[in-house]
Amino acid sequence: MIVAIASGKGGTGKTTLAVNLARLLAPGVRLLDCDVEEPNAHLFLPAATGAREVVTVPVPEIDPERCDGCGECARFCSFNALAALGDRVLVVPELCHGCGGCRRVCPQRAIRETGRRIGVIQSSTADGIHLVQGRLDVGVATVPPLIHRVRERSGGDGLTIVDAPPGTSCAMVAAVGGADFVVLVTEPTAFGLHDLELAVATVETLDVPCGVVVNRTGHGDGRVERFCRERGLPILLRVPEDRRVAAACSRGELPVDVVAGYADRLRPLARAIAAGLLPAAAEA
Amino acid sequence: VRVAFPAAGNDLDAPLDSRFGRSPWFLVYELESDSFVLVDNRQNANAAQGAGVEAAQAIVQAGAEALIAGRCGPKAFHVLSAAGVTVHTSDALTVRAALEAFRGGKLPILSEPNAAAHPA
Repeated sequence: MIVAIASGKGGTGKTTLAVNLARLLAPGVRLLDCDVEEPNAHLFLPAATGAREVVTVPVPEIDPERCDGCGECARFCSFNALAALGDRVLVVPELCHGCGGCRRVCPQRAIRETGRRIGVIQSSTADGIHLVQGRLDVGVATVPPLIHRVRERSGGDGLTIVDAPPGTSCAMVAAVGGADFVVLVTEPTAFGLHDLELAVATVETLDVPCGVVVNRTGHGDGRVERFCRERGLPILLRVPEDRRVAAACSRGELPVDVVAGYADRLRPLARAIAAGLLPAAAEA
Repeated sequence: VRVAFPAAGNDLDAPLDSRFGRSPWFLVYELESDSFVLVDNRQNANAAQGAGVEAAQAIVQAGAEALIAGRCGPKAFHVLSAAGVTVHTSDALTVRAALEAFRGGKLPILSEPNAAAHPA
Protein backbone atom coordinates (compact mmCIF):
# COMPACT_ATOMS: atom_id res chain seq x y z
CA MET A 1 0.00 0.00 0.00
CA ILE A 2 1.44 3.32 -1.13
CA VAL A 3 -0.03 6.51 0.27
CA ALA A 4 1.30 9.74 -1.25
CA ILE A 5 1.10 13.03 0.62
CA ALA A 6 0.82 15.84 -1.91
CA SER A 7 -0.58 19.34 -2.34
CA GLY A 8 -0.87 21.97 -4.98
CA LYS A 9 0.38 24.80 -2.85
CA GLY A 10 3.76 24.58 -1.16
CA GLY A 11 4.10 25.04 2.56
CA THR A 12 0.76 23.47 3.50
CA GLY A 13 2.35 20.83 5.73
CA LYS A 14 3.03 17.80 3.52
CA THR A 15 6.29 16.87 5.16
CA THR A 16 4.95 17.58 8.65
CA LEU A 17 2.01 15.26 8.01
CA ALA A 18 4.16 12.62 6.29
CA VAL A 19 6.76 12.30 9.06
CA ASN A 20 4.22 12.44 11.86
CA LEU A 21 2.07 9.77 10.19
CA ALA A 22 5.19 7.64 9.69
CA ARG A 23 5.95 7.99 13.39
CA LEU A 24 2.45 6.81 14.32
CA LEU A 25 2.64 3.94 11.82
CA ALA A 26 6.10 2.72 12.92
CA PRO A 27 7.55 0.18 13.16
CA GLY A 28 7.58 -1.32 9.70
CA VAL A 29 6.77 1.76 7.65
CA ARG A 30 8.69 3.22 4.74
CA LEU A 31 8.91 6.93 4.18
CA LEU A 32 10.01 8.00 0.69
CA ASP A 33 11.12 11.62 0.50
CA CYS A 34 10.36 12.37 -3.15
CA ASP A 35 10.79 16.13 -2.79
CA VAL A 36 14.21 15.58 -4.34
CA GLU A 37 14.93 19.25 -5.05
CA GLU A 38 14.71 20.04 -1.36
CA PRO A 39 14.40 16.87 0.72
CA ASN A 40 13.80 17.62 4.39
CA ALA A 41 12.00 14.70 6.05
CA HIS A 42 15.31 13.57 7.57
CA LEU A 43 15.46 16.73 9.67
CA PHE A 44 12.68 15.32 11.85
CA LEU A 45 14.11 11.84 12.25
CA PRO A 46 17.10 10.59 14.24
CA ALA A 47 20.36 10.66 12.33
CA ALA A 48 21.29 7.19 11.11
CA THR A 49 23.99 5.91 8.85
CA GLY A 50 22.78 3.98 5.86
CA ALA A 51 23.34 3.18 2.24
CA ARG A 52 24.01 5.72 -0.46
CA GLU A 53 23.51 5.05 -4.15
CA VAL A 54 24.48 7.33 -7.01
CA VAL A 55 21.70 7.66 -9.58
CA THR A 56 22.45 8.18 -13.24
CA VAL A 57 20.31 8.52 -16.33
CA PRO A 58 21.39 7.01 -19.62
CA VAL A 59 22.36 9.70 -22.13
CA PRO A 60 23.24 9.10 -25.76
CA GLU A 61 26.79 9.04 -27.03
CA ILE A 62 27.15 9.13 -30.78
CA ASP A 63 29.71 7.14 -32.73
CA PRO A 64 30.86 9.63 -35.39
CA GLU A 65 32.11 6.74 -37.57
CA ARG A 66 28.64 5.28 -37.87
CA CYS A 67 26.45 8.41 -37.69
CA ASP A 68 25.46 9.68 -41.14
CA GLY A 69 23.61 12.70 -39.73
CA CYS A 70 20.17 11.53 -40.84
CA GLY A 71 18.59 13.24 -37.81
CA GLU A 72 16.06 10.50 -36.92
CA CYS A 73 17.18 10.73 -33.29
CA ALA A 74 16.73 14.51 -33.13
CA ARG A 75 13.27 14.24 -34.69
CA PHE A 76 12.31 11.60 -32.14
CA CYS A 77 13.51 13.47 -29.05
CA SER A 78 10.68 15.40 -27.37
CA PHE A 79 13.14 17.17 -25.11
CA ASN A 80 15.36 18.72 -27.82
CA ALA A 81 18.41 16.97 -26.37
CA LEU A 82 19.78 16.20 -29.84
CA ALA A 83 20.57 18.63 -32.64
CA ALA A 84 21.08 17.33 -36.19
CA LEU A 85 23.62 19.55 -37.92
CA GLY A 86 23.64 18.05 -41.39
CA ASP A 87 26.69 15.83 -41.28
CA ARG A 88 26.52 15.00 -37.58
CA VAL A 89 24.45 15.09 -34.42
CA LEU A 90 25.19 16.99 -31.23
CA VAL A 91 24.03 15.82 -27.80
CA VAL A 92 22.91 18.27 -25.11
CA PRO A 93 23.05 15.92 -22.11
CA GLU A 94 21.41 18.24 -19.59
CA LEU A 95 18.16 18.15 -21.58
CA CYS A 96 18.09 14.33 -21.84
CA HIS A 97 15.52 12.46 -19.76
CA GLY A 98 17.09 9.09 -20.47
CA CYS A 99 14.20 7.43 -22.29
CA GLY A 100 16.49 5.54 -24.67
CA GLY A 101 14.32 6.30 -27.70
CA CYS A 102 17.11 7.81 -29.82
CA ARG A 103 19.13 4.63 -29.56
CA ARG A 104 16.17 2.57 -30.72
CA VAL A 105 15.28 4.71 -33.73
CA CYS A 106 18.86 5.15 -35.02
CA PRO A 107 19.03 3.30 -38.36
CA GLN A 108 22.86 3.26 -38.23
CA ARG A 109 23.07 1.87 -34.69
CA ALA A 110 25.41 4.75 -33.98
CA ILE A 111 24.14 5.53 -30.49
CA ARG A 112 25.25 3.94 -27.26
CA GLU A 113 24.36 5.12 -23.78
CA THR A 114 26.53 6.41 -21.00
CA GLY A 115 25.43 7.35 -17.49
CA ARG A 116 25.02 10.96 -16.45
CA ARG A 117 24.84 11.48 -12.69
CA ILE A 118 21.72 13.35 -11.53
CA GLY A 119 21.68 12.74 -7.78
CA VAL A 120 21.82 10.23 -4.95
CA ILE A 121 19.44 8.06 -2.98
CA GLN A 122 20.16 7.68 0.72
CA SER A 123 18.38 5.13 2.87
CA SER A 124 18.53 4.46 6.57
CA THR A 125 16.37 3.05 9.34
CA ALA A 126 15.74 4.60 12.74
CA ASP A 127 12.95 4.12 15.28
CA GLY A 128 11.14 1.70 13.01
CA ILE A 129 10.97 4.12 10.05
CA HIS A 130 12.86 3.19 6.91
CA LEU A 131 13.63 6.52 5.26
CA VAL A 132 14.53 6.66 1.57
CA GLN A 133 15.57 10.09 0.39
CA GLY A 134 16.25 11.27 -3.14
CA ARG A 135 18.63 14.21 -3.41
CA LEU A 136 19.03 15.89 -6.79
CA ASP A 137 22.43 17.33 -7.63
CA VAL A 138 22.63 21.12 -7.73
CA GLY A 139 22.08 22.40 -11.28
CA VAL A 140 20.28 19.29 -12.53
CA ALA A 141 16.84 19.95 -14.00
CA THR A 142 15.68 16.43 -14.91
CA VAL A 143 13.71 15.64 -11.77
CA PRO A 144 11.29 12.78 -12.64
CA PRO A 145 13.93 10.10 -13.33
CA LEU A 146 15.29 10.42 -9.78
CA ILE A 147 11.80 10.39 -8.27
CA HIS A 148 10.95 7.24 -10.22
CA ARG A 149 14.05 5.60 -8.78
CA VAL A 150 13.04 6.57 -5.24
CA ARG A 151 9.52 5.27 -5.87
CA GLU A 152 11.01 1.89 -6.88
CA ARG A 153 11.98 1.55 -3.22
CA SER A 154 8.35 1.20 -2.13
CA GLY A 155 7.87 -1.58 0.34
CA GLY A 156 6.01 -4.24 -1.65
CA ASP A 157 3.32 -5.59 0.66
CA GLY A 158 4.30 -3.20 3.44
CA LEU A 159 3.13 0.33 4.01
CA THR A 160 4.85 3.18 2.18
CA ILE A 161 4.30 6.89 2.78
CA VAL A 162 5.46 9.17 -0.05
CA ASP A 163 6.29 12.80 0.66
CA ALA A 164 5.65 14.40 -2.75
CA PRO A 165 7.03 17.68 -4.08
CA PRO A 166 4.63 20.64 -4.19
CA GLY A 167 2.87 21.77 -7.32
CA THR A 168 1.29 19.77 -10.12
CA SER A 169 4.22 19.52 -12.50
CA CYS A 170 6.07 16.44 -13.78
CA ALA A 171 7.81 16.01 -10.42
CA MET A 172 4.54 15.75 -8.51
CA VAL A 173 3.10 13.40 -11.15
CA ALA A 174 6.18 11.18 -10.86
CA ALA A 175 5.82 11.00 -7.08
CA VAL A 176 2.06 10.41 -7.02
CA GLY A 177 1.41 8.28 -10.11
CA GLY A 178 0.63 4.66 -9.33
CA ALA A 179 0.01 5.30 -5.63
CA ASP A 180 -2.96 3.58 -4.00
CA PHE A 181 -4.19 6.79 -2.45
CA VAL A 182 -3.24 10.47 -2.39
CA VAL A 183 -3.71 12.67 0.64
CA LEU A 184 -3.91 16.30 -0.53
CA VAL A 185 -2.88 18.73 2.18
CA THR A 186 -4.28 22.23 1.89
CA GLU A 187 -5.07 25.27 3.99
CA PRO A 188 -8.40 27.14 4.23
CA THR A 189 -7.35 30.12 2.12
CA ALA A 190 -7.84 31.39 -1.43
CA PHE A 191 -4.35 30.20 -2.39
CA GLY A 192 -4.99 26.87 -0.73
CA LEU A 193 -8.19 26.37 -2.69
CA HIS A 194 -6.75 27.50 -6.01
CA ASP A 195 -3.89 25.03 -5.87
CA LEU A 196 -6.07 22.29 -4.38
CA GLU A 197 -8.30 22.51 -7.46
CA LEU A 198 -5.26 22.01 -9.69
CA ALA A 199 -4.04 19.11 -7.56
CA VAL A 200 -7.44 17.39 -7.59
CA ALA A 201 -7.62 17.70 -11.38
CA THR A 202 -4.13 16.24 -11.70
CA VAL A 203 -4.82 13.33 -9.37
CA GLU A 204 -8.09 12.59 -11.18
CA THR A 205 -6.19 12.44 -14.47
CA LEU A 206 -3.81 9.95 -12.86
CA ASP A 207 -6.82 7.93 -11.72
CA VAL A 208 -5.66 7.74 -8.11
CA PRO A 209 -8.29 8.12 -5.36
CA CYS A 210 -7.73 11.07 -3.05
CA GLY A 211 -8.89 12.75 0.13
CA VAL A 212 -8.14 16.10 1.68
CA VAL A 213 -6.46 17.19 4.90
CA VAL A 214 -7.24 20.78 5.83
CA ASN A 215 -4.27 22.02 7.80
CA ARG A 216 -4.11 25.07 10.05
CA THR A 217 -7.84 25.55 10.34
CA GLY A 218 -9.10 28.52 12.31
CA HIS A 219 -7.92 31.14 9.88
CA GLY A 220 -9.03 31.76 6.31
CA ASP A 221 -12.60 30.94 5.41
CA GLY A 222 -14.93 28.12 4.38
CA ARG A 223 -14.23 27.96 0.65
CA VAL A 224 -12.07 24.81 0.80
CA GLU A 225 -14.73 23.02 2.81
CA ARG A 226 -17.38 24.10 0.30
CA PHE A 227 -15.30 22.91 -2.66
CA CYS A 228 -14.74 19.51 -1.06
CA ARG A 229 -18.44 19.16 -0.30
CA GLU A 230 -19.45 20.08 -3.85
CA ARG A 231 -16.91 17.73 -5.40
CA GLY A 232 -17.62 14.85 -3.03
CA LEU A 233 -14.04 14.87 -1.78
CA PRO A 234 -13.69 13.33 1.68
CA ILE A 235 -12.05 15.55 4.27
CA LEU A 236 -9.89 13.06 6.12
CA LEU A 237 -8.66 15.38 8.83
CA ARG A 238 -8.80 18.96 10.06
CA VAL A 239 -5.76 20.17 11.98
CA PRO A 240 -6.16 23.48 13.83
CA GLU A 241 -3.56 26.22 13.61
CA ASP A 242 -1.29 25.75 16.63
CA ARG A 243 1.82 27.79 17.33
CA ARG A 244 3.27 24.88 19.35
CA VAL A 245 3.37 22.75 16.18
CA ALA A 246 5.37 25.41 14.35
CA ALA A 247 7.70 25.77 17.33
CA ALA A 248 8.30 22.00 17.51
CA CYS A 249 9.01 21.81 13.77
CA SER A 250 11.46 24.71 14.02
CA ARG A 251 13.40 22.67 16.58
CA GLY A 252 13.33 19.56 14.39
CA GLU A 253 11.00 17.81 16.81
CA LEU A 254 7.95 15.80 15.84
CA PRO A 255 4.69 17.38 17.01
CA VAL A 256 3.25 13.90 17.70
CA ASP A 257 6.02 13.50 20.29
CA VAL A 258 5.95 16.89 21.97
CA VAL A 259 2.65 18.68 21.35
CA ALA A 260 -0.14 17.47 23.64
CA GLY A 261 -3.16 16.25 21.70
CA TYR A 262 -1.52 16.29 18.27
CA ALA A 263 -1.00 12.53 18.11
CA ASP A 264 -4.62 11.93 19.08
CA ARG A 265 -5.73 14.19 16.26
CA LEU A 266 -3.67 12.33 13.63
CA ARG A 267 -4.30 8.81 14.93
CA PRO A 268 -7.65 8.18 13.17
CA LEU A 269 -6.03 8.90 9.81
CA ALA A 270 -3.04 6.71 10.70
CA ARG A 271 -5.41 3.89 11.67
CA ALA A 272 -7.36 4.24 8.42
CA ILE A 273 -4.11 4.07 6.45
CA ALA A 274 -2.89 1.04 8.40
CA ALA A 275 -6.23 -0.72 7.88
CA GLY A 276 -6.25 0.11 4.16
CA LEU A 277 -9.56 1.91 4.48
CA LEU A 278 -8.68 5.09 2.61
CA PRO A 279 -9.89 4.21 -0.90
CA ALA A 280 -13.31 3.35 0.52
CA ALA A 281 -13.43 6.81 2.07
CA ALA A 282 -12.79 8.35 -1.34
CA GLU A 283 -15.90 6.77 -2.80
CA ALA A 284 -18.11 7.95 0.05
CA VAL B 1 26.33 34.13 -47.20
CA ARG B 2 23.10 33.57 -45.30
CA VAL B 3 22.34 35.48 -42.13
CA ALA B 4 19.52 34.55 -39.71
CA PHE B 5 17.45 37.08 -37.78
CA PRO B 6 14.94 36.21 -35.03
CA ALA B 7 11.86 38.13 -36.13
CA ALA B 8 8.55 38.96 -34.51
CA GLY B 9 6.95 39.16 -37.96
CA ASN B 10 7.50 37.91 -41.49
CA ASP B 11 9.17 40.73 -43.40
CA LEU B 12 12.21 42.99 -43.25
CA ASP B 13 10.38 45.63 -41.26
CA ALA B 14 9.42 43.15 -38.55
CA PRO B 15 10.77 43.85 -35.07
CA LEU B 16 14.03 42.02 -34.32
CA ASP B 17 13.04 39.60 -31.54
CA SER B 18 15.42 39.88 -28.61
CA ARG B 19 14.74 36.24 -27.73
CA PHE B 20 16.37 33.60 -29.89
CA GLY B 21 14.84 30.17 -29.20
CA ARG B 22 11.33 31.43 -28.64
CA SER B 23 11.18 33.89 -31.50
CA PRO B 24 8.19 33.06 -33.75
CA TRP B 25 10.07 33.44 -37.06
CA PHE B 26 13.57 33.36 -38.43
CA LEU B 27 14.26 35.49 -41.43
CA VAL B 28 17.22 33.97 -43.27
CA TYR B 29 18.66 36.58 -45.61
CA GLU B 30 21.02 35.79 -48.48
CA LEU B 31 23.36 38.73 -48.98
CA GLU B 32 24.39 37.89 -52.57
CA SER B 33 20.87 37.60 -53.98
CA ASP B 34 19.21 40.12 -51.67
CA SER B 35 16.43 37.66 -50.94
CA PHE B 36 15.23 35.88 -47.86
CA VAL B 37 13.33 32.81 -46.72
CA LEU B 38 11.27 32.47 -43.55
CA VAL B 39 11.65 29.64 -41.06
CA ASP B 40 8.52 29.06 -39.00
CA ASN B 41 9.54 28.62 -35.35
CA ARG B 42 6.09 29.09 -33.83
CA GLN B 43 5.65 25.51 -32.68
CA ASN B 44 9.13 25.32 -31.17
CA ALA B 45 8.58 28.69 -29.48
CA ASN B 46 6.25 26.91 -27.08
CA ALA B 47 8.54 23.93 -26.40
CA ALA B 48 8.69 22.87 -22.76
CA GLN B 49 12.46 22.83 -22.91
CA GLY B 50 15.34 23.01 -25.36
CA ALA B 51 13.79 25.70 -27.59
CA GLY B 52 17.25 27.20 -28.11
CA VAL B 53 18.72 23.88 -29.23
CA GLU B 54 15.89 23.25 -31.67
CA ALA B 55 16.08 26.80 -33.01
CA ALA B 56 19.85 26.53 -33.47
CA GLN B 57 19.33 23.31 -35.41
CA ALA B 58 16.76 25.02 -37.65
CA ILE B 59 19.17 27.90 -38.34
CA VAL B 60 21.94 25.47 -39.26
CA GLN B 61 19.64 23.44 -41.49
CA ALA B 62 18.58 26.64 -43.27
CA GLY B 63 22.23 27.13 -44.23
CA ALA B 64 22.87 30.23 -42.13
CA GLU B 65 26.49 31.08 -41.37
CA ALA B 66 25.69 33.94 -39.00
CA LEU B 67 22.96 34.71 -36.49
CA ILE B 68 22.02 38.18 -35.33
CA ALA B 69 20.48 37.96 -31.88
CA GLY B 70 19.75 40.11 -28.88
CA ARG B 71 20.48 37.26 -26.50
CA CYS B 72 21.81 33.73 -26.91
CA GLY B 73 21.93 31.18 -24.09
CA PRO B 74 24.60 28.54 -23.47
CA LYS B 75 22.94 25.49 -25.04
CA ALA B 76 21.99 27.28 -28.25
CA PHE B 77 25.45 28.87 -28.37
CA HIS B 78 27.04 25.44 -27.98
CA VAL B 79 25.11 24.06 -30.96
CA LEU B 80 25.75 27.13 -33.13
CA SER B 81 29.47 27.12 -32.32
CA ALA B 82 29.72 23.43 -33.13
CA ALA B 83 28.17 24.12 -36.53
CA GLY B 84 30.45 27.10 -37.18
CA VAL B 85 27.69 29.72 -37.06
CA THR B 86 28.93 33.05 -35.71
CA VAL B 87 26.61 34.91 -33.36
CA HIS B 88 26.46 38.70 -33.54
CA THR B 89 24.58 40.90 -31.13
CA SER B 90 22.35 43.75 -32.11
CA ASP B 91 19.89 45.97 -30.29
CA ALA B 92 18.39 47.21 -33.56
CA LEU B 93 14.63 47.59 -33.54
CA THR B 94 13.93 45.98 -36.91
CA VAL B 95 15.41 43.23 -39.03
CA ARG B 96 16.19 45.80 -41.74
CA ALA B 97 18.15 48.00 -39.34
CA ALA B 98 20.06 44.99 -38.00
CA LEU B 99 20.84 43.86 -41.57
CA GLU B 100 22.22 47.28 -42.47
CA ALA B 101 24.35 47.34 -39.33
CA PHE B 102 25.63 43.85 -40.14
CA ARG B 103 26.52 44.86 -43.70
CA GLY B 104 28.37 47.83 -42.32
CA GLY B 105 30.44 45.49 -40.13
CA LYS B 106 29.09 47.15 -37.01
CA LEU B 107 27.79 44.12 -35.12
CA PRO B 108 30.21 42.58 -32.61
CA ILE B 109 30.75 38.83 -32.60
CA LEU B 110 29.65 37.10 -29.43
CA SER B 111 32.46 34.99 -27.99
CA GLU B 112 30.37 33.39 -25.25
CA PRO B 113 26.67 33.09 -24.33
CA ASN B 114 25.14 36.35 -23.11
CA ALA B 115 22.03 34.90 -21.46
CA ALA B 116 21.52 32.44 -18.64
CA ALA B 117 20.39 28.87 -19.21
CA HIS B 118 16.69 28.31 -18.81
CA PRO B 119 15.86 25.39 -16.54
CA ALA B 120 14.29 22.42 -18.28
